[in-house]
Amino acid sequence: MLSVSYLSALLLHTVCCLYPIYQLCFYIQYVVCILFISSASTYSMLSVSCLSALLLHTVCCLYPIYQLCFYIQYVVCNLFISSASTYRMLSVYQVYLMPGNSVYCGSTISPSQIPLYTKCIMRLKVILIFYSLQGRTLILKDLKSHESLYLVCITQLERRMADAGNKESAPIGGDEFTNTELENNKNNTMVEEGSTLLRRMEISVAEAEKRTGKNTVNMQEIFTVYLIETRPIDAITEVHNPAPDSLWRRYSEFEILRNYLLVTYPFIVVPPLPEKRAEFVWHKLSADNMDPDFVERRRVGLENFLLRVASHSVLSNDKILYHFLTEEHRWKEVVYETGFQAKADSRIKALSATFRVKNPDKRFTEMKHYSDELQSLTSQLLRVRARVADRLYGVYKVHGNYGRVFSEWSALEKEMGDGLQSAGHHMDAYAASVDDMLEEEEHYADQLKEYLFYAEALRAVCRKHELTQYELETASSDLISKKQQREELATGMVRTFSFKGMTNKLFGQETPEQREAKLSLLEEQIVQGEETVTEKTVECEEYVKGAWVDMQRFKEQKDRDLREALIGYAVMQISMCKKGIQVWTNAKECFHKM
Amino acid sequence: MSRTIDAVVSPTQTNTIPADISGHMLDLDEDDDLEVFSKDSTLADGNMFNASMPTSPGSMVNQCKFEEDEESDSKDIFITVDNPESHVTAIETFITYRVLTKTTRSEFDNSEYEVRRRYQDFLWLKGKLEDAHSTLIVHPLPEKFVVKGMVERFSGDFIETRRKALHKFLTRVADHPILSCSEDFKVFLSAQAWELTTYKKQGPGFLSRMGETVRAVANSVRGVKNRPEEFTAIQEYVEDFSNKIGSLDKVTQRIVKEQKEYLEELKEYGPTYTLWSGSEEELAEQLKGVAGCIERCCKETEEQVGHLSDTLVPVLHEYVLCAETLKAVLRRRDNIQAEFEAKNEALATKKVDRDALKEEIDKLEDRVEWANNALKGDWGRWQRSMRGDLKSAFLSTAEKNVDYYEKCLAVWETFLLSQRTEPSEETDRDNTP
Repeated sequence: MLSVSYLSALLLHTVCCLYPIYQLCFYIQYVVCILFISSASTYSMLSVSCLSALLLHTVCCLYPIYQLCFYIQYVVCNLFISSASTYRMLSVYQVYLMPGNSVYCGSTISPSQIPLYTKCIMRLKVILIFYSLQGRTLILKDLKSHESLYLVCITQLERRMADAGNKESAPIGGDEFTNTELENNKNNTMVEEGSTLLRRMEISVAEAEKRTGKNTVNMQEIFTVYLIETRPIDAITEVHNPAPDSLWRRYSEFEILRNYLLVTYPFIVVPPLPEKRAEFVWHKLSADNMDPDFVERRRVGLENFLLRVASHSVLSNDKILYHFLTEEHRWKEVVYETGFQAKADSRIKALSATFRVKNPDKRFTEMKHYSDELQSLTSQLLRVRARVADRLYGVYKVHGNYGRVFSEWSALEKEMGDGLQSAGHHMDAYAASVDDMLEEEEHYADQLKEYLFYAEALRAVCRKHELTQYELETASSDLISKKQQREELATGMVRTFSFKGMTNKLFGQETPEQREAKLSLLEEQIVQGEETVTEKTVECEEYVKGAWVDMQRFKEQKDRDLREALIGYAVMQISMCKKGIQVWTNAKECFHKM
Repeated sequence: MSRTIDAVVSPTQTNTIPADISGHMLDLDEDDDLEVFSKDSTLADGNMFNASMPTSPGSMVNQCKFEEDEESDSKDIFITVDNPESHVTAIETFITYRVLTKTTRSEFDNSEYEVRRRYQDFLWLKGKLEDAHSTLIVHPLPEKFVVKGMVERFSGDFIETRRKALHKFLTRVADHPILSCSEDFKVFLSAQAWELTTYKKQGPGFLSRMGETVRAVANSVRGVKNRPEEFTAIQEYVEDFSNKIGSLDKVTQRIVKEQKEYLEELKEYGPTYTLWSGSEEELAEQLKGVAGCIERCCKETEEQVGHLSDTLVPVLHEYVLCAETLKAVLRRRDNIQAEFEAKNEALATKKVDRDALKEEIDKLEDRVEWANNALKGDWGRWQRSMRGDLKSAFLSTAEKNVDYYEKCLAVWETFLLSQRTEPSEETDRDNTP
């Protein structure tokens, strides 16, 4: 059995032995590069154009090696970073896989944990592949022992997974939601409760495609559709790997889904969709909605949205969501049947209206305040980041001019020619490297953007709370005034100066019959009022409870995500620095030769 | 860079120079180099990758070698330009610089001189040297006014840049085998202010100089018929070189500009994270960490930009000016040849005054010969020093960049490390119960 401590020991070991390797890897890359360059200079008797073609070829050959190195470095870093708990190491997707703090120890794997372990095995296999790659180029003494260690690890995991597949053990849920909280939306939830959809189904947005079609007013339009692939988990564990079910959805359909979720689960911080139009762009980024990079980032964002929804303990059990994922046609009709639009309209009205709540819940006021802050801060950050990226792009790209001038100049100089020529190539490489870097940084920006939009969702929850609170308060104040009226009528006394009192004085006393009738009417109204107040109180309490739980969940998720995003950012910076060191060391070498 | 050159070469000269002077010189050099070395040491401390990279030792060795070819003969005159002082008179405001000379040459009466000179005096010296040796490459002076850029005429930056350029100019003249023996140079270094003024007045009058330029213009219009091939090659090279160095200068200035803008944005970027950390509970530490990293990188960037505009920009700009000087020198050579050719033609057509003309032609022929030889000799010298200068400037830039990235790398790695220790504690806690 793999105990926790064994895993953590293994992790430590992995990290310890990987670290020198990835340093070595860099060193090899460096050496290879130097070799190539020096070999290039021996070819210098060849014509200049031939030489440059050769160098280009060299660079092309080297590029995959760089990529591999960076990938491995990335994996290692991830391993490093997420040593938080042993489970964390297992998967990057852990965010989606562990919505609650599920229990992972014990000797059996529940079916719901299988995707996690699949990822883990995949990860380990990657490491193994890396080892075999290293084995070809390097002679490492204890390579074999590591290899066997991993193999043992993989087989153990695979065996355990097979065991789990046979047993139909109850899913171990860390879900904090009890069934009572789900009662409100019982109609919409599916039979299986307590486990998230993602544990039963693999979801991905596999690709995007451009299509043309007719819109409602029969105008030709171009739009993008996204392919959603789903696969039940149970099927994956079996020997044969069935092809996933797939269907196409438009962005607007995602929007409908989200609106539906927003209305149906007002107390939940519903995960946001990726931006409709590119925001916080800088000049390199295109604001065009059809731009392939934008579509790709949106595809990732949509997948992220689906995974977040599907891993949410409440949202994931929604029938409409399931419908959305599995039935290509008739989905829209089914959504509209729920009548969420009418509710949505009233909701929008409610949210746009301003009202003062007498007894605001402090926690919600704070949360609302926080959501405002989060929104303004993240948008500011994104704005500044876009500007920084823009400038950085400029700095790198201007260095590209060196490349051009150096290679032109090299034709003039007899003694420095070679050095200048190759230094020019390095400057070109330097200028080109910024594209990849900023592309990667865009991913970080997307992570921040997600939280910018989350702030909006969070505020909606708070507003909705204010609304229910307000309704409760108006109902109860109504009730109080009604009660007061009854008292006045019953005692015949006018306590406060009122219009009624005035009319009484002016037009004389009412007849007892009239009074009786009025009293009974009031009585009825009071009963009704009391009912609404209790109803509203219950509603409000439940809302508070549900919303608070989800807000806590959101907070945890946010802290975890942003922490990872920041660490990812640091890793990105590190890789940028390493590239910079690489290029400039090479350039220095070239200047030396001059 | 002449500073490092001095530092490496001077120990070999201790035997030729009196002990006290050389000691003093070494002090000065070390002062100059202090900055460079201190940077290196911080780099070694701050970064673990440094040790594995074969950077600095190699470069030192290489520089050594190159400097030995450059100046194997001993240097016997050392000049420093420092201590700028501002003078305000009723008519004008100007800056004087202290020119300190230490020499073992026998032409000088003393071994040490200290005079104050202003930019105009430098300009006069340059003019004199060019007149006397029209086909020698006199190192360019800094431009009179800095038109572009926001540098004010009397701002510290401007004065410092100019001081460095003036220093370089005098050092170059002193290093030159012919120019350094010029009488004007000696006067410039040793004469008191009033002596210099009177000496200046002795020079050929304004009118005679005018006549010379008029003649030069006439000659250049006429053009040269049989220019030796090598000079045509040089001319072509200079044209191209001027082009290239000009664009390099522009590119570098653009980079400095871009980097400054980048720096401005970066300065805003860090505080934004700090601001955010104020409203987060769990993430506050991390956000602050990132903010700190960005701020430290910001400092590094600032230093990098500073380094770039201190080393590469002036050197490139200097060679832009040099290219202009070269063009002027080539023009002057052509003029001499043109004059010679004109006289030859005159000899062919006019048969009168044959002897007088013949004599003149002989003289001119000598002059052409002499001018060509001087230029040829100087050309090689100039190219060597150009290559050395540019190489070391680029090297130093590359080194600075590597250094910059290494420092940033270290900054971000410490951040990651701080993130890593935290979770490991968590694991410990998980495991202990």
